[in-house]
Amino acid sequence: MDFELTNQHRLARAAAREFARCELAPYAQQWDETMTFPAEALKKLAQLGFMGISIPQPYGGCGLDSISYVLIIEELAKVCASTAIIVSVHNSVCAYPIYVLGTEEQKSTYLVPLSRGEKLGAFALTEPNAGSDPASLETSAERHGDCYVLNGTKTFITSGSTADIIIVMARTDRAKRSRGITAFIVERSFGGITPGMKENKLGIRASDTCELIFKNCEVPADNVLGEVGNGLGAALDTLTFGRVGVGAQALGVAECAFEESVRYSRQRKQFGKPLADFQAIQWMLADMATEIEAARFLVYRAALLKDHNKPFAAEASMSKLYASETAMRCATKAVQIHGGYGCMKDYRVERCFRDAKVIEIYEGTSEIQRLIIARSLK
Amino acid sequence: MLETTNSTPCAPPMIHIFSERCIGCKLCERACLFGGITVSGKTPMLTDQCTGCGVCITVCPKQALAAAEHKEVLQHSNLDAYRGILIIAEQREGVLHTVSCELTAAARQLADQRGTQVSAALLGQGISGLAERLVAHGADTVYIADAPFLQRYRTLPYSRILSSLIAELRPEIVLCGATTIGRDLAPRLANHFRTGLTADCTGLAIDRDGTLLQTRPAFGGNIMATITTPRHRPQMATVRPGVLQPQPVRSGSGVIVPLTVTEEPSDDAVQILKTMPKDKPAVSLEQAQVIVAGGRGLGDGKNFTLLQELAQVLNAEIGASRGAVDLGWIGHEHQVGQTGKTVRPKIYIACGISGAVQHLAGMQASDIIIAINNDPYAPIFQTAHFGLVGDVHVIVPELIHQLRQ
Amino acid sequence: MAPLQIIVTVKQVPDTTEVRIDPKTNSLIREGVPSIINPEDRHAIEAALCLKDQHGATVTALSMGPPQAAAVLEEALALGVDKAILLSDRVFAGSDTLVTAFTLSRAIMKQGAFDLILCGRQAIDGDTAQVGPQLAGFLGLPQVTYAEDISYADNVLTVRRRLEDCSEWVRVHLPALVTVCAGIRQLRYPSLYNLVAACAPDRIIRWTAQDLNVPASMLGFAASPTTVKKIFEPERNTRVEIIEGDPRTMVHQLIEKLRNLQAL
Repeated sequence: MDFELTNQHRLARAAAREFARCELAPYAQQWDETMTFPAEALKKLAQLGFMGISIPQPYGGCGLDSISYVLIIEELAKVCASTAIIVSVHNSVCAYPIYVLGTEEQKSTYLVPLSRGEKLGAFALTEPNAGSDPASLETSAERHGDCYVLNGTKTFITSGSTADIIIVMARTDRAKRSRGITAFIVERSFGGITPGMKENKLGIRASDTCELIFKNCEVPADNVLGEVGNGLGAALDTLTFGRVGVGAQALGVAECAFEESVRYSRQRKQFGKPLADFQAIQWMLADMATEIEAARFLVYRAALLKDHNKPFAAEASMSKLYASETAMRCATKAVQIHGGYGCMKDYRVERCFRDAKVIEIYEGTSEIQRLIIARSLK
Repeated sequence: MLETTNSTPCAPPMIHIFSERCIGCKLCERACLFGGITVSGKTPMLTDQCTGCGVCITVCPKQALAAAEHKEVLQHSNLDAYRGILIIAEQREGVLHTVSCELTAAARQLADQRGTQVSAALLGQGISGLAERLVAHGADTVYIADAPFLQRYRTLPYSRILSSLIAELRPEIVLCGATTIGRDLAPRLANHFRTGLTADCTGLAIDRDGTLLQTRPAFGGNIMATITTPRHRPQMATVRPGVLQPQPVRSGSGVIVPLTVTEEPSDDAVQILKTMPKDKPAVSLEQAQVIVAGGRGLGDGKNFTLLQELAQVLNAEIGASRGAVDLGWIGHEHQVGQTGKTVRPKIYIACGISGAVQHLAGMQASDIIIAINNDPYAPIFQTAHFGLVGDVHVIVPELIHQLRQ
Repeated sequence: MAPLQIIVTVKQVPDTTEVRIDPKTNSLIREGVPSIINPEDRHAIEAALCLKDQHGATVTALSMGPPQAAAVLEEALALGVDKAILLSDRVFAGSDTLVTAFTLSRAIMKQGAFDLILCGRQAIDGDTAQVGPQLAGFLGLPQVTYAEDISYADNVLTVRRRLEDCSEWVRVHLPALVTVCAGIRQLRYPSLYNLVAACAPDRIIRWTAQDLNVPASMLGFAASPTTVKKIFEPERNTRVEIIEGDPRTMVHQLIEKLRNLQAL
């Protein structure tokens, strides 16, 4: 068992770290307060290959392995969790499914522009009445000649109003439940898609989250992704990779909360000594450090299993579950350590706290992750 | 001897190890900046990273380490033939640079210890009148090359003429100001003579054996190193302006020797097209009574506006650490430190500056040093008179607020 | 017209801005200082890549150092340089600036024809700014130091130099050597697109002293005219008075003390 990172991993992490420090850090707080979508930063990330991290080079990507991918998301998330999730969704839940399930024609039409970041990707599964139970989704896709007409409402879609290419899960067969759902590659330019208002969220506020209302949206039949009726199964498979990305995002948020706490507790003095000299604080920091290490290896290992083409669904769920709950615990402790200042927007940790809570819920709630893990146990 | 796995000629080790004296305390391993020595049990071993700096030798409590002797060394023959100290003086637009006077005076002291002479060389156009000042600071001889083609400094003609002069005079020591001219010229001259050059010295002295001890900050300015050029001549060194204190002027007599120089085609390899003075008015940090300086701890270049507000209240000038300048937050003309300006204000307020020796070298002579930094381990607190451990973004506005009342 | 052949010298240095003092022992904390690419070498690489973007060029990064210095060459490849050469050999250890410049010059002559050599003005560990000009001396090249901006046309460089009191524009024919200081151009970031190729085995050419065909007597510590006689930590005194309290109290006390000293 070799726990060492390769040179590629180190370079990938350094590239993400430098970009985050120079291009995200000065603006992240403002983006959070004003719910501003980081469009300029994403353009620059695209030019540097961040929108096609693991997609093979013939399809316009960088061909890096999954560990490089999680390291990148982790570093971005340390500075701006919103940017991290936009990049993660684009890479692992839009581009990646097209790479795995798409025809060569679909890959050249859609995958290449996505990898190059010329187009932004999103994934639309959740509906107002179908969250943890996606099989109950109601958005319909009716065949009319050589196209499908989509009608319905999707909710909580990351990059909902800004994405150019959206993978949409819609029902093609009302008689069946999960086997009646098909995945479609939908271009915003097809028309018939209206974004709702941008949600005013607790955390991850720079990410553009909104409803998507499909009204007679015509999608060519050639844009069915995978097989008709196999959409949900395919979606849930590809969501697995997305989970690892979110685990990495959570890891980044946890690390940020931890580092800020260490810094603050060394500097803040009460009763004549720095907070770091008090055992209560030391134990909190020790717990944070330990949990972050555990989360780290769950995330990295899930990525490693994927790279070795081994099944990794349970590990992916474990990494999302544990990393997001760790982020929440670390952020809570961090705010506590900062005392009154932890509640002020001047200090970084209050954003960690709000972001962590959202991360615990989206991309599969903790409860769903536990279900998946339990099912994998024999 | 170090083991080698290939057939390349083996480098002689720079540190001699007396293993029998080692007690395994590992002080040497901890002291080494480069990872150049490891101790296994009671056996020290040099690694590839050893640079021969000798720190390990100084910390070993049992004298188990010593500098290795080298027999196979190229050296200049007949070192004793080199006598005297030569200053390469510089002028711009007919104005003699202060560093040249400082160096001449310092050279005078060193030469007196060596029982030898000080000469100075100055190149330019219409500069003959400047020779007297160099004599007044202690030069016994001043060599002047006055010609139109030397009006502005260019590497090739200046190094060509000075190389001939040095070859003729054979000084044991050549000193030069560490200005943009000196740092362009001195290495080229050192290369010509295949001799040693030490940059940005903060101290010069004569050793017992008559060689020049050249002291300067190292490791990015965090420690000090004393360097010598034992077997090559001339021993060359550059010194920053304002580092060596100007000495009282001695009224001496000196000889002025005009040099006959001719232009050569190769001089034109680099042509000067035009010059333009800096947009901003010259920052008079060296004359300022109060300086407010910012470093990387400010977190963002925008926070210099906060310091400007404080500077306005205190009627102060703005300074900066190299870190802030390197990040592009503020212009180089505000840089204080070894590679910037040397200042001596009444009050120096260091905001978000860690205090590397590199920076201290430029401001430690200030009357009152106030440090504001949220890292209690920052080196600046070792030099400051007053230290405030806290967030500069909170303390500076508070300071502005209270000063206004 | 054939593309420009540009060589950029790069150095791996300890991040000397991250050094801290242990207040209990009053000495340098030497452990855990990370290694980085010398900041001004990044600017030299940027200048080279800008020339490549505008005029077409083959850019080779060259570094002398221990085996782990390969990391900075990988960074250079990630930024977009075309070739990378590492000079690594125990014999090179302990080289001062003159011998470093000599060693680099031999490697440059070995690698073949070149038009331009770009160097960072100085390294943050040594701060001497000597290797560039000395390298120019060994190769017999005209040199331009303190370059802030470089433009190229028809085998001629126009360089803007940053001097203390002014900016100076010079023109020089290639081949030449230019030392670059942090200029107006923003540094590009490493691109993920370059990583797979940058980390490919044998991507970095590695040369030893034997490859350079230079006797050991002309290399390393033994050949260096300068030698370190002593290293010591500057005297640190503990005269500092730390003012405690919340910001308001701290500032209030500071102002009072300054008033008592009649400094305000």
